[in-house]
Amino acid sequence: MKNIVNLRYIWFLISLLVIVPGAIFFALFGLRTGIDFAGGALWDLHFTTKQTSELNTEKIRSIFAENGFEGAQVQVSAVKVNGKEIASAVVRTKELSATAPEKQQRTILAALTKVYGEVQRESLQSVGPTVSAEATRSAAIAVLGACVAILIYLTVAFRKAPNPFRYGVCAIIAMLHDVLVVLGMAAILGHYIGLEVDAYFLTALLTIISFSVHDTIVVFDRIRENLIHRRSGEIFDDIVNHSIVQTLPRSINTQLTSVFTLTALVLFGGGTIRNLVLVLLIGLISGTYSSIFNASQLLVVWEHHEWRNWFRRDSSAEA
Amino acid sequence: MRNREIVPFLFIMLITALCAWIAFAPDNTWLGRDVSVRLGLDLQGGTQVLMKADGVVDKDIMATAATVIERRVNGLGVSEAIVQLSGKDRIIVELPGVRDPEQAIETLRGTGRLEFIDTKGKFLNEGTIVRTSGNPEPKVPAPDPKKPADPANPKPTVSPEVYQSITDGRDLDTRQVSLRVTNDKISAKPAVSFAFTGQSASDLATFTAANIQKPMCIVLDNVVVSCPVVQSALIGGSGEITTNARADAEKILNQLKYGSLPITLSIESSRTVSATLGANSVQASIIAGMVGLIIVALFMIIYYRLPGLLATVALIIYTIIIYAVHKLIPITLTLSGIAGFILSIGLAVDANVLIFARLKEELRNKRSLLRAVDAGFDEAWPAIRDSSASTLITSAILFVFGNSFGVSLIKGFALTLALGILLSLFTAVVVTRTFLRLIVRNGALQSLWLYEISNDPDLQEQSAV
Repeated sequence: MKNIVNLRYIWFLISLLVIVPGAIFFALFGLRTGIDFAGGALWDLHFTTKQTSELNTEKIRSIFAENGFEGAQVQVSAVKVNGKEIASAVVRTKELSATAPEKQQRTILAALTKVYGEVQRESLQSVGPTVSAEATRSAAIAVLGACVAILIYLTVAFRKAPNPFRYGVCAIIAMLHDVLVVLGMAAILGHYIGLEVDAYFLTALLTIISFSVHDTIVVFDRIRENLIHRRSGEIFDDIVNHSIVQTLPRSINTQLTSVFTLTALVLFGGGTIRNLVLVLLIGLISGTYSSIFNASQLLVVWEHHEWRNWFRRDSSAEA
Repeated sequence: MRNREIVPFLFIMLITALCAWIAFAPDNTWLGRDVSVRLGLDLQGGTQVLMKADGVVDKDIMATAATVIERRVNGLGVSEAIVQLSGKDRIIVELPGVRDPEQAIETLRGTGRLEFIDTKGKFLNEGTIVRTSGNPEPKVPAPDPKKPADPANPKPTVSPEVYQSITDGRDLDTRQVSLRVTNDKISAKPAVSFAFTGQSASDLATFTAANIQKPMCIVLDNVVVSCPVVQSALIGGSGEITTNARADAEKILNQLKYGSLPITLSIESSRTVSATLGANSVQASIIAGMVGLIIVALFMIIYYRLPGLLATVALIIYTIIIYAVHKLIPITLTLSGIAGFILSIGLAVDANVLIFARLKEELRNKRSLLRAVDAGFDEAWPAIRDSSASTLITSAILFVFGNSFGVSLIKGFALTLALGILLSLFTAVVVTRTFLRLIVRNGALQSLWLYEISNDPDLQEQSAV
């Protein structure tokens, strides 16, 4: 069981294999931003007397265009309401007018009703450009602020261990790993299944940040404790490895309980938060991985200053 | 000897009983307090708008505008509505459960139009709803469903003819609206003075000059306030509304001063959710929460046996307390808040998992059961403390930045998560520990199998790599 530390470059490689494709998608296609950050309006409409096959995406688009919403994106799907399957359309448009949004809604709904019979507006959100810009800024500040606060807290909490600052930095790197994994997956999922980065996504991301650090701290705490009771001749690598093995059952069990509850949310929870939960699942798995296979290994790398060897010899493992 | 456990045990039982009482209070009233669960817009349907004042405004004007809107909201009869100033020039309005959100928002944003109309010499009764050329399609206020129909005042009807407006309410100078009460013998009647500016001022002067000794009706938002007889031409657009009593004058003053919005508001962002979507979400979330709880409980019991069972009891206590806290404060329950709660179940369990893992190690090291229980808690504590602190830090940051409107739904999540962490510390550290010590001390249930340790010494190798 010594391999968890010894094989560290393999674990780092695995992380890279997940992160790099995501980064490529991120660079090529970017994230699909929802209206919370990009501005715009999202209409969720139910056509109570129609089936999906009776809806025409083009027709709906042109109805929106005739009433002042050019370039609407229309997605038609079937929903079950009270056991009856009916058609629903999610339409994304530019934001509603600031001066007469009520009138716009009425005209659109009336125009749709004329063609498709009864139309119910399930939800409608509209976010203006100033608000979306503010939300984006708040999101960035929140993520950065969380990083800094955690770094400070960990440095203080680990002040009795040698090199307390390292613990904070390594926990943050492991956390950034999870952020990168999630952003990369969001880029991939955004490209293929249209996952949108909205306020829920931000919530999920910040939760992942805190849970990732949470997991890492449990391992680090063991290292701290084992370092205090260090026996003579025990080398740092072994202490770290031993600590990881000791906390392994807990890491896996906690992960399992979270996966159970989240899966229950995916299966039974409402559609509105399904994306939130999907992102959380990805992030929690990544968080568990990084706390077992990356965070403590980074401490070992730092202990030996291994980066000096990274570019010197070809025989060393991955850099 | 057993006092060390009995006191905390009674304390836990007391708290739980109290919370259960709140959670399952009949008629949702507890000690005369309304403790019904408050559902957010996404769960009960309704609308939320962020309105921004056009142009440069100061704090007082915004406060006045918020007061005006609040009055109008009260007029709409929406319960639990929120009118809140946000930043320098914004107002957030939340109308949960509102039936016709467009109309509601239109009513709130309406400027509160004061008009003088030409009735061609007719007197109109106070309270008559009239069509005016300024607003030919007045809204008839919806009858309040909570109040029984008043037979003396049947549903107001709208006059068929459209009266010509002499003035435009936008030209009313609200700063010059004031109450005038004089002790002068000749004009002892209280009056409200007002002044129009611009086109309305000259139109009013022309009209009154031509219609002396004829009635002229004053209309506020299409409702006749009074029909005084023109005594003299209103030169310069200013004049007075003479009333019979001071109370009447104050009423008109309020309507002119606060009834009209001092600013025009444009809508920056809005969110409307139908009641059915909300209801479906509530149901789905409850099922998800129950299923999650059951799976976690089964997992804990199968894997950790007796401690797992106690942790499950602690988890149920945790759920009851957190539900009671939500009802008591009250914290508005939103969809993301429910997700936060379900996640916090995982956190509550995590503290127990940490402790049990330590307990098991101590038992493997051949400690006595009681000492193992104490050691397990003591040694797991730093990890629990540090990890909880870091999660608390993030939820605090989420809470602060989640306040900006675009991401306001994050706030509920952050609050529930933070609350969950604090409560899970209590349930994991105090509740589970007390239960375990009680059982261990009692001498019953000592078999190590219950603690997931077989008597096979080989098992020790795992922890001694």
